[in-house]
Amino acid sequence: MSRYVLQRLLGMLTVMFTVVTIVFIIVRVAPGDPAAVMLGPDATPADIEVLRVRLGLDQPLPIQYVYFLAQLARGDLGHSIFLDMPVASALLDRAEPTFFLTLFAILIASAIALPVGIMSAYRRGGLFDQSVTTLTVLAASIPSFWLGLILIQVFAVRLGWFPVAGYGGPDASFLTRMSHLVLPATALGVVSSALITRFTRASMLDVLNDDYVRTARSKGMGELRVVMKHAFKNALIPVLTVIGLTAALLVSGAVVTETVFSLPGVGNLVVSAVLRRDYPVIQGALLVIAAIYVLINFGIDMLYLMIDPRVRY
Amino acid sequence: MAAVSSAGVDTPRISTLILQRRTLAIGLAVIATITLLAVLAPLIAPYAPNKLSIVNRLKPPSTTWFFGTDEFGRDVFSRTIYAGQLSLLVGAAATTLAAVVGITLGIVAGFFRKADGVVSRIIDAMMAFPDILLAIALVAALGPSLATVIIALGIVYAPRLARVVRASTLVIRELPYVEAARALGVPTWRIMTRHVLRNLVSPILVQATFIFAYAMLAEAGLSFLGVGVSPEVPTWGTMIASGRQYVGQADWVTIFPGLAIILTVLSLQLVGDGLRDLLDPRLRKDL
Repeated sequence: MSRYVLQRLLGMLTVMFTVVTIVFIIVRVAPGDPAAVMLGPDATPADIEVLRVRLGLDQPLPIQYVYFLAQLARGDLGHSIFLDMPVASALLDRAEPTFFLTLFAILIASAIALPVGIMSAYRRGGLFDQSVTTLTVLAASIPSFWLGLILIQVFAVRLGWFPVAGYGGPDASFLTRMSHLVLPATALGVVSSALITRFTRASMLDVLNDDYVRTARSKGMGELRVVMKHAFKNALIPVLTVIGLTAALLVSGAVVTETVFSLPGVGNLVVSAVLRRDYPVIQGALLVIAAIYVLINFGIDMLYLMIDPRVRY
Repeated sequence: MAAVSSAGVDTPRISTLILQRRTLAIGLAVIATITLLAVLAPLIAPYAPNKLSIVNRLKPPSTTWFFGTDEFGRDVFSRTIYAGQLSLLVGAAATTLAAVVGITLGIVAGFFRKADGVVSRIIDAMMAFPDILLAIALVAALGPSLATVIIALGIVYAPRLARVVRASTLVIRELPYVEAARALGVPTWRIMTRHVLRNLVSPILVQATFIFAYAMLAEAGLSFLGVGVSPEVPTWGTMIASGRQYVGQADWVTIFPGLAIILTVLSLQLVGDGLRDLLDPRLRKDL
C-alpha cells in the first residue's frame, strides 16, 4: 500500500512539474515584450529595460526557466506590477470569497444531486426519473453567469431578499459577507448539480441490483435502510470522485460568477489581471488553481484507500 | 478489408435509426433550425444588427421588436440571430481544431510507447486547469481576437479528445486484424489511419459533439468577461455582457441571447447523448 501511495505521489509531482512548465510556456509565448505591454504605450525605453531586468526577461529562456523553478521552490509566486505586492499575498487577500463561494456551491449542488440522483435510480424509468434526466441536461446547458443575472433580477432587484452585488464593504460582518454569497453560490450550485446527479444515478443503478441489496431486502430490512445503508454506501466512491473534481472545476465557474456579482475573489483578480496584462498574477493564479486540482485528485485517491476496503494495492 | 463497413452488410437506413431515437432527432432538428436561422440571418432579420435608433432604446418585446431593443435601440431579435453566426462558428472551429490536435496526439500516444509517456503527462497537466481559466490565460498570452479565442478553446479541449483516442487506440492496436495487417507488412501510418482511426469514428464523433457544446459555453463566458472577442462584435456572450447593466430594467436584452445559448448547448448535448446510444450500444446509457 505504501508503494501505491508513493507511486501516486510521484505521479502527482510529475503532473505538477508539467503544469509549471506549461504555465511558463503560456506566459512566455505572449507576443511582444511583456515589459513593454505591462508598462503601456507611454513608457520610455529605459523604463522598459529596467523592468526587463527586474523580471529577468533579459536572460535566455532556459535560464529564465531555471530561475522560475528556483523561485517557485522557495514558495515565491512573483510580484504583481500593478498591485505592487507579492502575488501570493494578492491571492490570499482574495481567497475568502472564492473559498466560501466554492464551498457553498458544492454543498448546494450535493444537497440537490444526492437525493434526486438516488430517487431517480430507485424509480428508474418512471416519470420522476425521466424528468430528472431531462432537467440535468438542461441544467448543464445553462451558462452560470446568465443564471446569476436572472437570480439577481428576481431575488435581488424584484424581491429585494438578497444584495445585488459586492461583498458588503471592508467593515461588513461575517454574516453580511456570507449573505452576499447566497445568489452566486446558488447559480453555481444549480449548474454543477447536473453532473453529480447523473453520476449518483448511474452509480446507484450499478449497485441496486447487486446480490447484497437483494439479501438485505430478503431478510426484511426496511427500504430506506436498504437504499441508504447498503446501496448508497457502495455507490459512494464514484460520487465522491465527481464531487471532488467538481469542487476543483468550480473555480472556473467562480471566475465568471464572481464577475457577475462583483465579488472581490480570485476569479475577479484573474480577470482584471488579464485586462491589465499583469502576467505575474495570471501565472500565479494558474499555478495555484492547477495545484489545488491536482491535490484534490490525489486526496480523492487517498480517500479511496480509507473508505473502501476493496481498494488495496 | 476496408469494405467491410460500407458494403454488403444489411443495416437499416441511417434516417430510420435516427428517427427511432427521440432525443437524437429532437436535438438534430433544433440545432439544424438554429444553424439555419443564423445562416439565413440576412434574409430573416427584420433590422440590420447594428442599426442604431436611440429614440427606441430599451423597448420591451412587441410585434415591432420580437425580442425588444437594447440600450442603443438595436433590435435584439436581429442581433440574436446574427450573433448565432459567430457563436456557432467559434464553436465549430474550436471543435475542429481540438479534433485535429487531439486525434493526432491520442493516436501517436496510443501507438508509440515512447511518445505515450510525454503525451500522457501533458494531457494530465492540461486537464488540471479549469477550462475557462486556461482559455483566459491563452487568450491573454496570444492577444484577444476571434482567431485567438478559437485557438485557445481548441487547445483547451484537445486533451479531452486525445484521452479518448489514446485509450481506444491502446485496445484496437492489440486486435487480431491489426496484427494481421502488421504481419502483411502494412506500414504503421497506414495502419493508424486506415485500420485504427476508422474504428474510432464513433467515440470521436460523440466526444466532439460534447466539446462543441462546452466550447460554445466557454466562448460565451469569455465574451461575457470581455477577454474574448471585441465587445462590439455581436456574439451571445457579448450581448449578455452589454445587457448586464439593464437587469431589472430591460431584462429581455440578456434573457434572449441566454436562451439562445441554452437551446444550442442543450440540443448539442441531446445529439451527443443520442449519438452515443446509436453508435455504441455497449457504452453506458445510464450516464
